[in-house]
Amino acid sequence: MSSYAAPVQDLIDELGRMPGVGPKSAQRIAFHLLKIPTEDALRLATAITEARQRVAFCTRCFNVTEGELCGVCRDERRDTTVLCVVEEARDIVAVEKTGQFRGRYHVLQGAISPIEGIGPEQLRVAELLTRLEPEAVTEVILCTNPNIEGEATAMYLGRLLQPLGIRVTRIASGLPVGGDLEYADELTLGRALQGRRDLETG
Amino acid sequence: MSQYRDTGVVLRTWKLGEADRIVVLFTEHHGKVRAVAKGVRRTRSKFGARLEPPTQVALQLHEGRNLDIITQAETVENYRSVREDLDRLARGVSMLEVVDQLAQEGEPDPQLFRMLTGALRVLADDDPPLVVAGFFFKALTQTGFGPMVDECVVCGSDGPLVAFDPDRGGMLCGPHRLGLPVSADAAAVLAQILGGNLGAALALPASPVTSEVDRIAIAAMEHHLERRLRSPSVLEGN
Ligand SMILES: [Zn+2]
Ligand SMILES: [Zn+2]
Repeated sequence: MSSYAAPVQDLIDELGRMPGVGPKSAQRIAFHLLKIPTEDALRLATAITEARQRVAFCTRCFNVTEGELCGVCRDERRDTTVLCVVEEARDIVAVEKTGQFRGRYHVLQGAISPIEGIGPEQLRVAELLTRLEPEAVTEVILCTNPNIEGEATAMYLGRLLQPLGIRVTRIASGLPVGGDLEYADELTLGRALQGRRDLETG
Repeated sequence: MSQYRDTGVVLRTWKLGEADRIVVLFTEHHGKVRAVAKGVRRTRSKFGARLEPPTQVALQLHEGRNLDIITQAETVENYRSVREDLDRLARGVSMLEVVDQLAQEGEPDPQLFRMLTGALRVLADDDPPLVVAGFFFKALTQTGFGPMVDECVVCGSDGPLVAFDPDRGGMLCGPHRLGLPVSADAAAVLAQILGGNLGAALALPASPVTSEVDRIAIAAMEHHLERRLRSPSVLEGN
């Protein structure tokens, strides 16, 4: 039962649909928006409208873009033979910040989650496969999250891509820089040991 | 607010806000618990991979008004081979999905807890074809809804039993047949699983008979839960 005027309830309902926003937070944000100066609220509305109208998904890699192809796909200096597969477009930003990767990306727009009933067909997997030949991809780096969904997705893709003669690598899920060894959980520490490399001296 | 300790299996998690997760656990002494793990999605979180399914953790929790808060988590068992093999993972997740449905908050069921951790252990070590079916039937029995497989549920005749009807909760003889047709071999395996000889059923190699028993177990469980299980079909055929 709603005790708010219809426009307010509509706003609360819409906000409540956002990821990570529960009914309580939706209420708080709605009343915040009603309290701030009108022009501030309208600026937010405009930003949403503009973003939705001007930004779309790259037709090749599903990164966000203002044109048909995203900045990475348009950049001719990038190595087309190495593809970094990520779950969401925002993960590209994180990888780009490292400055360590010069290939292209592919955004799955999600991860396999057996318990949510999300399988490979709900992700951009078919689109990934169609890219391999035209772009002469030789290596795919699976950069999915180190949680159960991300790992399931990586295993699935590994099984799919390896028989095609493509080198499939998974980002090492090692110890966080700045963390203390004694706080590392056993799985993380075990994998860090497996992924150890020779110490470069000199 | 008070603290308590327990051991539990992580059933599933939900993202909450920027960096937190709601973790649903099946604990040994407190039944199903929904708790918040603060900061767990940050790469420097002290929880690391401990609060991912199907890890079994020793927990310290802070009782909250709505959700409890996890203050400490130590790994008891990480079932690593389940996490690192897609087929085992799919099977493990289907057991977690079922327990998430069967278990209730505030209703401890230490027997079901032991069955779950036992089944995960078997899955991690040997991955026998009937581990999920065995767990489903045992879990149904534990909840008081074990199907009757040694005689016809309609007339009580002991054979031959040729069909399984989830609706009537068991096997049926020729004249009363309804539901799924069941081969004689599969009927024998069902009798083993539900008649106290699970070990023999778990020793069977994969065959059309084990697939048949698997389908019957899923049908029986879905009928009991009154909903389709999501996890068994997601990775089918892959
Ligand atoms: Zn692109
Ligand atoms: Zn009968």
